[in-house]
Amino acid sequence: MTAENPYIPNFATIEDSWYETGGDRCIKTFKVVFTDPAVRDGWSHKPGQCAMIGVLGEGESMISISCSPTEGKFLRFSVMKMGKVTQALHKLETGDQISVRGPYGNSFPIDEWQGKKILTIGGGIGQAPLRPIVEYVKANRDKYAGLTMIYGARSSGDLCFKGEFDEMSKCDDLSCHLTIDIEEEGWSHNVGFVPQMLLDLNPSPENTIAVTCGPPIMIRFVLENLKKLGFSDDQIYTTLENRMKCGIGKCGRCNAGGMYVCKDGPVFNYSVLKNIPEAFA
Amino acid sequence: MSAMLLSKEKWPQFVGKFAGKNLWAPKLEGEAMRFSPVEEGETPLLEFSNTRIPPKSAAFPQTETMFRFQLGNQEIKLPELGEEMILMGIRPCDARAMSIVEKLFRWDYDDPYYLERRNLITLIGLACNEPGLNCFCSSVGGAPDSTEGLDLLMVDLGDSFLMEAVTPKGEAVLKEAEDLLEKAGSEALKSREAITAEAGSKIRRTVDHKGIPEGLPALWDDPLWARVSASCIGCGTCTYLCPTCHCFDIQDEVEGFEARRCRMWDSCMFEEYSLHTSGHNPRPTRRERTRNRINHKYNYYVDKFDVIACVGCGRCINLCPVNIDIVEILRQVKEAL
Repeated sequence: MTAENPYIPNFATIEDSWYETGGDRCIKTFKVVFTDPAVRDGWSHKPGQCAMIGVLGEGESMISISCSPTEGKFLRFSVMKMGKVTQALHKLETGDQISVRGPYGNSFPIDEWQGKKILTIGGGIGQAPLRPIVEYVKANRDKYAGLTMIYGARSSGDLCFKGEFDEMSKCDDLSCHLTIDIEEEGWSHNVGFVPQMLLDLNPSPENTIAVTCGPPIMIRFVLENLKKLGFSDDQIYTTLENRMKCGIGKCGRCNAGGMYVCKDGPVFNYSVLKNIPEAFA
Repeated sequence: MSAMLLSKEKWPQFVGKFAGKNLWAPKLEGEAMRFSPVEEGETPLLEFSNTRIPPKSAAFPQTETMFRFQLGNQEIKLPELGEEMILMGIRPCDARAMSIVEKLFRWDYDDPYYLERRNLITLIGLACNEPGLNCFCSSVGGAPDSTEGLDLLMVDLGDSFLMEAVTPKGEAVLKEAEDLLEKAGSEALKSREAITAEAGSKIRRTVDHKGIPEGLPALWDDPLWARVSASCIGCGTCTYLCPTCHCFDIQDEVEGFEARRCRMWDSCMFEEYSLHTSGHNPRPTRRERTRNRINHKYNYYVDKFDVIACVGCGRCINLCPVNIDIVEILRQVKEAL
């Protein structure tokens, strides 16, 4: 068998892990470092890309890489406890190893966006693939005209990356707008759905790129409202997910219309996306 | 390479040169023909329409080990992929299917399991003189004597086989048996022309796919999908028996501490195939799954690889338990365009 076998995973050690949210479908973030220094040094990913991570004996799941390469020689994955593989991942602690294949998929064309204002609109776990954009722009603030982040979840307990938002409000060119679906005691931010908050904020489409990720129903309304605000198709990006097994365009199942989410995506410009019939099926 | 003739009297000797050396040929098993190993002294009779199961498993086993490992240990052991293999009597449609599937397994990431196995296989094809009831190869880019994917093509001329090498591997087969072969004369070549032309004229079923790949997207919400999938029971026979269907699942199998990661055929006609862990399914009913199957073969694959992922072998028609007929579906698609 050739040395170039894309199905053979590398291994990474969990350096740190913590819960972002609680409940049955809790979200745990893993910060991992490749065990093999050669793999660590050879690895590079771009915001928006994913990796097949897993536990030998349990299987693999496609998870978006939720850190920016600007943050350091480690990877972060925020994993919701759902099925067999993610339940097995949740059992792991600092010092344990996970398998990693990738990076897979296209990425946000973040270098093409230089000089523009970036608007991210996330919902729930959908903030995970958007977080690398936020971190990348924060690390390259001179190259972008600003960053506005809208992020919402059902309740304050369902918001990920909470500790990271405070510093953003201290900067002129960065702004962070949080919202939750239902009023809570002690909540000082917005209450309401993400698509409505987008309308209320009324961001100008001028020289702006909008990127959204979240539950399909949220994405659908966000897209609608971005159009209402005057954003053109090519100013809007989103990132999709589907069930995957191979991650490299062979196993067949992740296609939305003729697009393999693992290879042609997961990032799609709205001008392409609007012609994919199954995109939000 | 010029065409050679093998008298049928020498057929057992010809087979004898390869039998026992991982030679596979169609053999009757129960009520159906199936590719099986040919042992020394055995002489397969090449009198059959086609095997019930295509020989795609030679390069793409129904279940295969991707690697082995022990629980709690990250050491990965790769499997041996086997030895050289000759498939004798493969029909041109099935050989063509292998070259169509190969495009996918080469798409950006080389799939080492498929490609290395494929490399070990020599394909000796047998042209069809008597196409099956539901064959339609000539409508989708094939022919009863297509050589695409083959190393060597045999044409049954009655008393002899005409043998045409297509690749160096095919030439090596002829070289190995050169003492049994004679150069084909102009009469044999004329006879071959007549036989294959007649075979082509016996194909009764046709698909007019002009306009279908580019027309399918507009038919996304057409009522035809509910109609053509209404009787589907979701058994997956159409995809398992399809020589171009290549979708697979990957699973870890654990017994005690011994474990392997394996991949196995999967089917887009199964509900679990696209089911999200959340319970959401982007293709929730057989209507969407049938639409995906047809689109994948006649639209998406054409878009990506410039070829229809259907070779017209007719197996999905012959063996569908509820008589769903892809030729009829495509006729309805065409009508709705």
